[in-house]
Amino acid sequence: MARTISYREAINEALAQEMQRDESVIVMGEDNAGGAGSPGEDDAWGGVLGVTKGLYGRFPGRVLDTPISESAFIGAAIGAATAGLRPVAELMFIDFMGVCFDQIFNQAAKFRYMFGGNARTPVVIRTMYGAGLRAAAQHSQSLYPIFTHVPGLKVVVPSSPYEAKGLLIQSIRDDDPVIFCEHKALYDSSGEVPEDSYTIPFGEANVVRDGDDITIVAIGRMVGVAEEAARELASGGVEAEVIDPRTTSPLDTETILESVENTGRLVIVDEASPRCNLATDISALVAKEAFGSLRAPIEMVTPPHTPVPFSDALEDLYIPDAQKVVNAAKSVVDWKRS
Amino acid sequence: MTETLLEAYRTMRTIRAFEERVHEEFATGDIPGFVHLYAGEEASATGVCRHLDGRDTIASTHRGHGHCIAKGVDVKAMMAEIYGRATGACHGKGGSMHIADLSKGMLGANGIVGGGPPLICGTALAAKQQGTGGIGVAFFGDGASNQGTTLEALNLASVWNLPALFVAENNGYAEATSSTWSVASDNIADRAAGFGMPGVIVDGYDFFAVTEAAGEAVERARGGGGPTLLEVKFTRYFGHFEGDQQSYRADEVAHARENLDCLKRFRDRVIASGELAETNLDTIDAEVAKLIDESVAEAKAAPKPGTADLQTDVYVSY
Repeated sequence: MARTISYREAINEALAQEMQRDESVIVMGEDNAGGAGSPGEDDAWGGVLGVTKGLYGRFPGRVLDTPISESAFIGAAIGAATAGLRPVAELMFIDFMGVCFDQIFNQAAKFRYMFGGNARTPVVIRTMYGAGLRAAAQHSQSLYPIFTHVPGLKVVVPSSPYEAKGLLIQSIRDDDPVIFCEHKALYDSSGEVPEDSYTIPFGEANVVRDGDDITIVAIGRMVGVAEEAARELASGGVEAEVIDPRTTSPLDTETILESVENTGRLVIVDEASPRCNLATDISALVAKEAFGSLRAPIEMVTPPHTPVPFSDALEDLYIPDAQKVVNAAKSVVDWKRS
Repeated sequence: MTETLLEAYRTMRTIRAFEERVHEEFATGDIPGFVHLYAGEEASATGVCRHLDGRDTIASTHRGHGHCIAKGVDVKAMMAEIYGRATGACHGKGGSMHIADLSKGMLGANGIVGGGPPLICGTALAAKQQGTGGIGVAFFGDGASNQGTTLEALNLASVWNLPALFVAENNGYAEATSSTWSVASDNIADRAAGFGMPGVIVDGYDFFAVTEAAGEAVERARGGGGPTLLEVKFTRYFGHFEGDQQSYRADEVAHARENLDCLKRFRDRVIASGELAETNLDTIDAEVAKLIDESVAEAKAAPKPGTADLQTDVYVSY
């Protein structure tokens, strides 16, 4: 039975259900237990934003606090995954990948290929991404394209509580390393989520809204922005099809291409920096595979090529919003060969 | 102890013969890529790994052939891998720097200096969580002793009280840079105090000294006593990589080969003590020489991987 819960609760529930189901699932990260070694340990913070709260008491010995040593504990999660566990490690902010990236892209991502298929590394690295919380340049980035670039990694970017639960359960059961990117501004968003355990397969996009006039592909939190834009466009008589790829690696190219072949128009909304992001990647795909269907140039709605600014005045300008998507869509719909 | 003295000698001789042969073959141009040889350091891998069994995992370095052999990876599959053949341990997709056999607890040679120590924190954690009694062992060099990953892993292993062993193989040089310059402390083992674990220094040319020190550390780890940092001191007989002209060092290799060599010392000691007969050792030498000959011949004759292999084994499923 579905009920309305938050994105944070959906992630917590996915973790709890998988830990209950499979003893090899463990959770580790900074403050995941919450105050290990201190008098407040039993109060269990559950991570800096409380996503793992309650698990420490329910699953003794399986929720591990770590020192602030991302290389060591992300590497430990990876090593443990090669040795029979299914660790879920929390890399608090995706921005911190800079201090442990080697373990992710040179170790976990390459073991299977480099070792001739004789390794499996079922590790999940949960990490918080995205702008909007006035967290400034080192706590706000949308770096999922960097992971998407690396063969051997799977990259998941859930857009809603429903997606978050089903995709996280799939991630934990998956036998490859998964980077699970949670948008920090979505934690308090809510939506209908089944109580029972369920999985959402990787590489299968969700068509969030049907439409015949224009295709809008949006990633993560931008899916909600695209939906808002689609409602605005509909009031002006333009029906947009909104597609949420849900995973950027693997990417469901088929659903995107089919939609563009029908609409002939494409806008991509990506919160990542504009060079070599999902918007450019999908643009290249469509330009190559569906060139004959395009009735107008592709538009990409992204932030500018700058670090994420702090001041609310600047950050609001930085983040793609519904109006920018509407403007981009209208320019595509109105485009005429001159 | 899972390996007898005779078998330990066979392991050391196999490593030596393997590396001497790769050195010769590399010079012919038949072996592609980067190769880093372990000759001279045999007592370390052998003295440590003879305490290990199927429950235990090791992580290695770019200089990993010795660790692979000591942990039981198939020598012919190793040689074929070095030649980039489909019959190799990694089907030609890894090469010298990435030989692995997880079924033997060998989590890979590693092309990243300091890549291994965090990983064995994980295998040690898995062994602890699953109650297998297994331990994780990271071999790393003096260069890696200055990497943050190594220092973080030492701390984490102590914080989590992991069944782990960190073996710092100090062969004197990180590439061409002397460890007397790059390691700020007098000894790498001195750093153990900063991570709340015992630090032990051992003569890396002395198989028996390594065996004893590693045995204590392994026993402590298995018993829940936590990790140890073991520093093994010696030199390597070849350059950083094959082709290295070694302009940065003088006659230390000739001196070590003549006066300190671990295989010579082993032979002298076990023969003098009557533990093993010279003929036993000579027999092993001949058997090993034959194995290496066969390994090279078979590797050269084996097929290379083909088009069909390029895109396989990136993922379990995608």
